[in-house]
Amino acid sequence: MLFLPELTLLGAGLTLFIFSLGKPSSGKIRNLALSLAAVTFLATMLCIYSEGTLFYNSYKVDFFSQFFKVLIALATFIVLIFSGKLDGIKEDIQPEYYLFLFMSVLGLMMLVSSVELLAIFISLELSSFAVYLMVPMRKAGKMGGAQVEAGIKYLLYGVVATGLMLYGMSYIYGLTGSTHLGVIADKLSRMYNQPAAVIAVVLVLAGFFYKLALVPLHFWVPDVYEGASNETTSFIATVPKLAAVALLIRIVTLVTPDGNVMTKVLMVCAIASMFYGNLSALVQTDVKRLLGFSGISHAGFVLLGLLTFDLTGYATAMYYIVGYVFMNLACFLVVCTVAQNGNNVSIDDLTGLHKRAPLLALTLTVGLFALAGIPPLVGFTGKFMLLVGALKQGYLLLVTLAAINTAIAIYYYLSIVRITFCTDDADRGSVITGRFHYILCFSLILIIIIMGTIPQKFIDITTTAVQTLV
Amino acid sequence: MDQLLLNTGFPILSVLIFLPLAGAVLLLLTKNDAICKNITLLVTSLVAILSIWLICGFDKSSAQFQFGEHYSWINSFNINYTIGVDGISILLILMTTFIMPFCILASWSYIKTRIQTFMICMLIMETAMIGVFAALDFVLFYVLWEAMLIPMYMLIAIWGGPRKIYASIKFFLYTLSGSILLLVGIIWLYTANNYSFYIPDMMWQDYSLTAQTYLFIAFFLAFAIKVPMFPFHTWLPAAHVEAPTAGSVVLASILLKMGTYGFLRFALPITPEATVVLMPYVLWLSIAGIIYGGFTALAQSDMKKLIAYSSVGHMGFVTLGIFVLNIEGVEGAILQMVNHGITTGALFLCVGMIYERTHSRELKAATGLGKYMPIFITFLAFFSLSSFGFPGTNSFVGEFMILAGAFEFDTSLGRFPYLALAAIPGAVLAAAYMLRMLQKVIWGGTDNPDQSWISDLNLREIVTLSPFLFFVFWIGLGPQPFLDLIHTSVVQLLDQFHAHQATTVAANMLLN
Repeated sequence: MLFLPELTLLGAGLTLFIFSLGKPSSGKIRNLALSLAAVTFLATMLCIYSEGTLFYNSYKVDFFSQFFKVLIALATFIVLIFSGKLDGIKEDIQPEYYLFLFMSVLGLMMLVSSVELLAIFISLELSSFAVYLMVPMRKAGKMGGAQVEAGIKYLLYGVVATGLMLYGMSYIYGLTGSTHLGVIADKLSRMYNQPAAVIAVVLVLAGFFYKLALVPLHFWVPDVYEGASNETTSFIATVPKLAAVALLIRIVTLVTPDGNVMTKVLMVCAIASMFYGNLSALVQTDVKRLLGFSGISHAGFVLLGLLTFDLTGYATAMYYIVGYVFMNLACFLVVCTVAQNGNNVSIDDLTGLHKRAPLLALTLTVGLFALAGIPPLVGFTGKFMLLVGALKQGYLLLVTLAAINTAIAIYYYLSIVRITFCTDDADRGSVITGRFHYILCFSLILIIIIMGTIPQKFIDITTTAVQTLV
Repeated sequence: MDQLLLNTGFPILSVLIFLPLAGAVLLLLTKNDAICKNITLLVTSLVAILSIWLICGFDKSSAQFQFGEHYSWINSFNINYTIGVDGISILLILMTTFIMPFCILASWSYIKTRIQTFMICMLIMETAMIGVFAALDFVLFYVLWEAMLIPMYMLIAIWGGPRKIYASIKFFLYTLSGSILLLVGIIWLYTANNYSFYIPDMMWQDYSLTAQTYLFIAFFLAFAIKVPMFPFHTWLPAAHVEAPTAGSVVLASILLKMGTYGFLRFALPITPEATVVLMPYVLWLSIAGIIYGGFTALAQSDMKKLIAYSSVGHMGFVTLGIFVLNIEGVEGAILQMVNHGITTGALFLCVGMIYERTHSRELKAATGLGKYMPIFITFLAFFSLSSFGFPGTNSFVGEFMILAGAFEFDTSLGRFPYLALAAIPGAVLAAAYMLRMLQKVIWGGTDNPDQSWISDLNLREIVTLSPFLFFVFWIGLGPQPFLDLIHTSVVQLLDQFHAHQATTVAANMLLN
């Protein structure tokens, strides 16, 4: 029961493996993958309140991890729904694509439950390597070799980040003589201000900074977002971020609150991410690339919650990343649907979308305004609570800089809204949307609005989840 | 919570706020344009009628917040849904509810595309606008204040003129970047006030002068951009010119008032010392706005631009009235906010009506209309007279009170009447540019274009303009009922303001 979601995923992987041996039709394999994702989601829901430890205490099942598993499964399910027939992936390798996708999800689910350094490492690698393979599986199409380049870049940067993380882990082991997070936390609390301890923790964080795309480990983002197929990017941009934040929270709790140096390091990363992401996004023309840069700045915002080193801060960071995933899903849904033959979508391709597909235009607008942090949508509520948390700790400068960043970000989000809503283009055909899309669009819009206007319930849930950590 | 009189009966304020929103949701169900228009007109009229309840039940002798409602919203951060009305906000709420139906009427034939979206935007705007004036929780205020940007952006960007893209983005960026620091200020106040966002709790506290100065700057940026005060006004002409008529009216009549309302509601009570320190700069900026707006308006050939720049001047008078910090000035300022809403709103409606006929806002294309549109010209003439404060019209009362306040302006160095003297040319300039426009539109010259095909106002348009004319004369001839509504609150605001000054001065003397 404790391991049910993971087992389901493993089973799903095996099923897909068997199918990949034959030559199933694209539609059939899609339905299979969708139902497997649905089953996984149900399995996670079923296990949401289970608690316990497995594998000699290296695997902890608690509300925190189970909550993240539900979200991971849900986000995967949503991505699979709007991925449609995988226009961007070569047809003969689609079963393998799904297989790797499920393996990556499995890795991520294991990641959020791991409380032991080696388990963390293995899960992280499982989730990453599957995605390294998914990136170059894109059809060559117009892109030429860009997908391969993206895959290589993703792999190389990933390996560097992993190397840094392993190096940090070796320090931690050297300092504490244990690989178990519980023991480490206990021992580190007595030497938190030692340079070695700080370096060790920062290096371990680097691995997750990479996943979350925080400066200085963000270099892969633009090229991978652009080079990977739309479906893959939708996945990379949403699901792994959940797990990354979960782990960041787990590791940050190792540090004692008055670890002054840690706060400064996180602060610098947060500010650098926000400015880098937002300023670079200003000049992008490719929607995915733009969302990639905006993702970097949002990752910076999440750090605001972590560097407060208190429960409310972690809970808000969780709330924010959940909101971010939904906003991003709304945007990527539109990107995937508007894209023709799996090609990339430039901002110009969205011209006159309000006429070609009114609902998609509305979804995109809501998603973008939410990302921009306009009330009463979830992006605003999240940012607001993060700022409140940071200012409670007295970081006035940080809060001011973050606030200025919201103003910078408005411009590029607005320029997309402007194109979708305020231009007309008779030449472009209408966009075909399925029935699923309608339901999905409406649900995403509703989630974004409801989470923004009546957030109390969600905050309660995330607070309970975080409380199980301590 | 003793400043808030809880409303135990019918929650009239919440109904006023949420009725338009409910209407907007209702509109989602239909695609029929005619039904959309009718529903919107019905909802806005209903809100206008219901808002009369506010005047009937309002206790003029109390400076408390009345019709109060208080519900918990986000417990973890002590954010509540708290609303209430006092003398400062009641007129603005009433003005909002009364102007909206006429905006819808004015858009009846003006808006031809995407009518459903337009009406939804207007209804959401109304919810947000009433909410901003009624909010007593700072987060509620900020949420509505920002949420308003989306529908307003849409109004300009979708139904606007040729340069709508530029104008809408400029409007959005300007207003948003102005209010970003306000957000930081709000959160700072929250941490300084025992984690409470309740606005009356934040007033009259002893923040240090440094903190107050920063807060005041944050307030000032947000509100001065909204007013807009010189030199933050550049978004206004662009937005006004490109917006559709209803958008211009909403913008001029209501949105601009939020800036001045913000000064009264937040800057004065929360940062009184900083207000006194920085007051001279604000006052001279106001004077600069009055003069600058007047001269620029004189040079315009585009009627909407002319009225937009005249707004800069008129709003300069309002900020002047607020920051001379005496009863005449502040009461005159509040009255002038309403007057400006009525007069400028009506003028924008007039220009919209010309535009619907000639498809041009150029003054040159609208010359010599007097012969063919006698009814229209009558309206236009009265509104123009009102705009430059002709005795007997509403603006005369407002401007007179503001100037009287300015002549009485007291500084620590004694009376300073030069301020009022500096503002006088503004009043003359207003007459000059308004009469210039009026002369051209009515008579023009020998090179008038052929206007004989133009039809005069129809019944719908007459119905749209008449109430504005009615209020022009009501406030112009008998302003007392309106002043009665605001008097108690203004007196209390200024009493507390000066009392607070006295205690701080006393405290400083003790320290020295």
